[in-house]
Amino acid sequence: MYNYWLAVFLMMAGFYVVIAQGNLVKKIIGLGMFQTSVFILYVSMGKVEGGSAPIVTEGVEVYSNPVPHVLMLTAIVVGVATTAVGLSLAVRINEAYGSVEEDDIQELDDELDKIQESGL
Amino acid sequence: MSFSDHFPVLVVLIPLLAAPLASLFTKGRAAWALALAATWASFLISCLLLKQVLTTGTVRYYMGGWKPPWGIEYRVDVLGGFVLLIVTAIAALVLTFGRRSIKSDLPEGRRSIFYAAFLLCFTGLAGMTITGDAFNVFVFLEISSLSSYALISMGRDRRALNAAFQYLIMGSIGATFILIGIGFLYMMTGTLNMDDLAQRLPAVSDTNTIRAGFAFLTVGFGLKLALFPLHLWLPNAYAYAPSAVSAFLAATATKVAIYSLLRFLLGIFGFGFALGAMPFDMILIGLGLAAILSASLVAVFQKNVKRMLAYSSVAQVGYIALGIGLASQTGLSAAVLHLFNHAMMKGALFMALGAIAFRIGSSRIENLAGLGKRMPFTMAAIAIAGLSLIGIPGTAGFVSKWFLVLGTLEQGLWPLAALILFGSFLALIYVGRILEAAYFGTPKDGIEAREAPIGMLIPIWILVIANIYFGLHTDFSYGLAERAVADLLPAARATVDAAEVMP
Amino acid sequence: MLLTCLAITALVAIRRNDLFAVVMLFGIYSFLTAVLFMNLHAVDVAFTEAAVGAGISTVLMLSTLRLTKRYEAARRRNPILPLLVVGVTGAALVYGMLDAPRFGDPMAPVHQHMAPRFVQESPTEVGVPNMVTSVLASYRGYDTLGEVMVIFTAGLAVLLLLGIREGQNHRLGRLAIGDTLVLRVVVKVLIAFIMLYALYVQFHGDFGAGGGFQAGVIFATAFVIYDLIFGEADARRVMPTHWLGRLAAMGIFLYAGTGVASMFLGHAFLDYSALGHDPVHGQHLGILLIELGVGITVFAVILTIFHAFSGMRRPDQVS
Repeated sequence: MYNYWLAVFLMMAGFYVVIAQGNLVKKIIGLGMFQTSVFILYVSMGKVEGGSAPIVTEGVEVYSNPVPHVLMLTAIVVGVATTAVGLSLAVRINEAYGSVEEDDIQELDDELDKIQESGL
Repeated sequence: MSFSDHFPVLVVLIPLLAAPLASLFTKGRAAWALALAATWASFLISCLLLKQVLTTGTVRYYMGGWKPPWGIEYRVDVLGGFVLLIVTAIAALVLTFGRRSIKSDLPEGRRSIFYAAFLLCFTGLAGMTITGDAFNVFVFLEISSLSSYALISMGRDRRALNAAFQYLIMGSIGATFILIGIGFLYMMTGTLNMDDLAQRLPAVSDTNTIRAGFAFLTVGFGLKLALFPLHLWLPNAYAYAPSAVSAFLAATATKVAIYSLLRFLLGIFGFGFALGAMPFDMILIGLGLAAILSASLVAVFQKNVKRMLAYSSVAQVGYIALGIGLASQTGLSAAVLHLFNHAMMKGALFMALGAIAFRIGSSRIENLAGLGKRMPFTMAAIAIAGLSLIGIPGTAGFVSKWFLVLGTLEQGLWPLAALILFGSFLALIYVGRILEAAYFGTPKDGIEAREAPIGMLIPIWILVIANIYFGLHTDFSYGLAERAVADLLPAARATVDAAEVMP
Repeated sequence: MLLTCLAITALVAIRRNDLFAVVMLFGIYSFLTAVLFMNLHAVDVAFTEAAVGAGISTVLMLSTLRLTKRYEAARRRNPILPLLVVGVTGAALVYGMLDAPRFGDPMAPVHQHMAPRFVQESPTEVGVPNMVTSVLASYRGYDTLGEVMVIFTAGLAVLLLLGIREGQNHRLGRLAIGDTLVLRVVVKVLIAFIMLYALYVQFHGDFGAGGGFQAGVIFATAFVIYDLIFGEADARRVMPTHWLGRLAAMGIFLYAGTGVASMFLGHAFLDYSALGHDPVHGQHLGILLIELGVGITVFAVILTIFHAFSGMRRPDQVS
């Protein structure tokens, strides 16, 4: 069962980084950790006691369940795709605002809002 | 298999193949033409598909020829066909509208890739709508989400980048929650096919794991559909995205998320578990009300009309959530009907606003002054769609609110009915502010405005006329919504006849 | 032991504000996860996690750090609300786990319902010894098409956001690391081996761990190394950017085209049984083709994304 508890712990850790950190790059890293921990959850589900890798081998009777593996292959790809898009957004934000800190960006946006409110 | 048997896969496959092809064009105009052809083809097929579903019942398509639960199945029932029709119609209309608007928003070098991303977003939404496999929902959800982050970030203002990033974070958290939820369901049932899940769940539904899976799925979809208080990403995303993107996403993305939630709630967990045994229906009503009141109130004070309409979208999602929370045939039908009507209203409003932004380069309320005379057709479209948003009799918006109020009164919840009317009153104020500026304001100096080009006006007016048509003729829209809900609630089928009250 | 290492890595990553260190920790984290997957007999997943998590993601994160800042600003935030949210989420997870089937229990529903057919019949029905490959490419082949579309979408998104910019730093013939003959020769040989290995992974996926996705990533890595040693401009002459776009689209056409071909032969989309003289032969051919499609698209997209990141200048370096 340790695998499951570990997955739960890592999910919480990754999720915390995503919502608590103000640095956009670190948020993306946290998101990556969060997603990876879900992979652990799924792959642990596929484990069968005494089973071996799901590739036909002579003399092996019990195999692990291939379905969670397939699902997670897809999820890993989704994860790296999200990371790539998130990081390129961070790069562009850094170009446009000169910062990747959420608080700085919020401040700059608020200032712009104020200027627009006071009349164009 | 004959050609018509392949309709379910073709709806999704056509834009899926058109996207990489469009990305190869160097000329934005050619990519646009291809995207346009692909979306209209999808729309036509979805019309035929809905007709098929209405005559022969649920249509199933086995990908790779593998029977579920081993293979992935496409499954189109009345509700799915109905939502698919909304998505394809809006995509086709927005693209028809969008060429000149996108031309002014993006440099030539990026336009063909933009159209490819648009097609992918559409592919994802269409795929999510008709798939019968829980994990496949996640995959297509991500196709549509990733492309919509990119589409939103293409807005002219740098705030579009920040809005897209916030949406990416919230959206990915939502998607990961959905993945965890699907994992819990899979853990207890060993299957991913939705119908199979529905069959196997009752045996294990009284376990913590299933209840936790339910919670993760609802919160995950709640993030995607901008259910109060998980809506924080939406106003900025819609406000700063390019006009065509706001119009498309506002009219489809949240709708498909709501639909998926409904599919999971009623199609998999079942009415009794999702809305009967849990206090979830009360939570939905509470959150729906909070969304209606708070978001409408915030909308009243917005100076950027796009942002105002975005907050209004949060409020409209509130109406739909409330309808679902009523957990009755009438309430659910009203919710599904409002899904359809709101897509028409917001599609028309955001496109008309896009036409204004195309002409005057701004969507701030003070710059709209005097446009009633200078852009009469565009402003008239905003006026009519706005009246529909408020829920004035004779418009589509009235019909869905009528049934919603009816649903609350059926259960004797008259305070709810009063609050729904108060929400309409708030809508009257914010729509009134737009119209006041446009028709009674004095034009600002230095703002040149001519009527929008005809190519933009036609798709806008198609939706405006639809708003009026479906306000007067409810057989098609409400009839479909009612049938769709009856399919999901086998027990409620008997009460359909009793609830057949037309305004 | 492994599990403890993972937990410690995660905790340290939260606390450090040197992002370079955090990225490195992320790489380690991914790598440890891959080892864990090996222990759980998920060889394909382990392979992919190592290539993607510890490889591609880490490289992209480093490229981002080059373009932004290495150090995170001092924290000014109140952690109470996030902690509360995480606490509630964690409680829900623990609550859900309490009724979960025992770890490794062969009687768990997951192993009883769908899986038996995949384990027992897929080797004869699809004719591929690697069950992960047959589920991935045939039974759930439509998900995999979706997966290819996801990575393609990411490529488009990165192109829309960053574009491929070519700067003056990338003159032809400029070497990125050094003009050492030995290095050049060694790297050329190495690249040849990497490519050979990628091809092996591509076509051996039916029998062992691997397949189109992993092969595409490895193939892209070979080009990235070429980039680093021989300079980007040279690398782009070998594989021009516009060709990458075409390749990415071609991979999808190959995949979906295989599906469409089975439609024309009177079967459902992606039903490969239609393609051969007998169903198993058809499955073989279909899987070969779609895996190739996956490999081509993944290779082209990963390399495009890499080019997009490496083509960017830091804002303070833009004159």
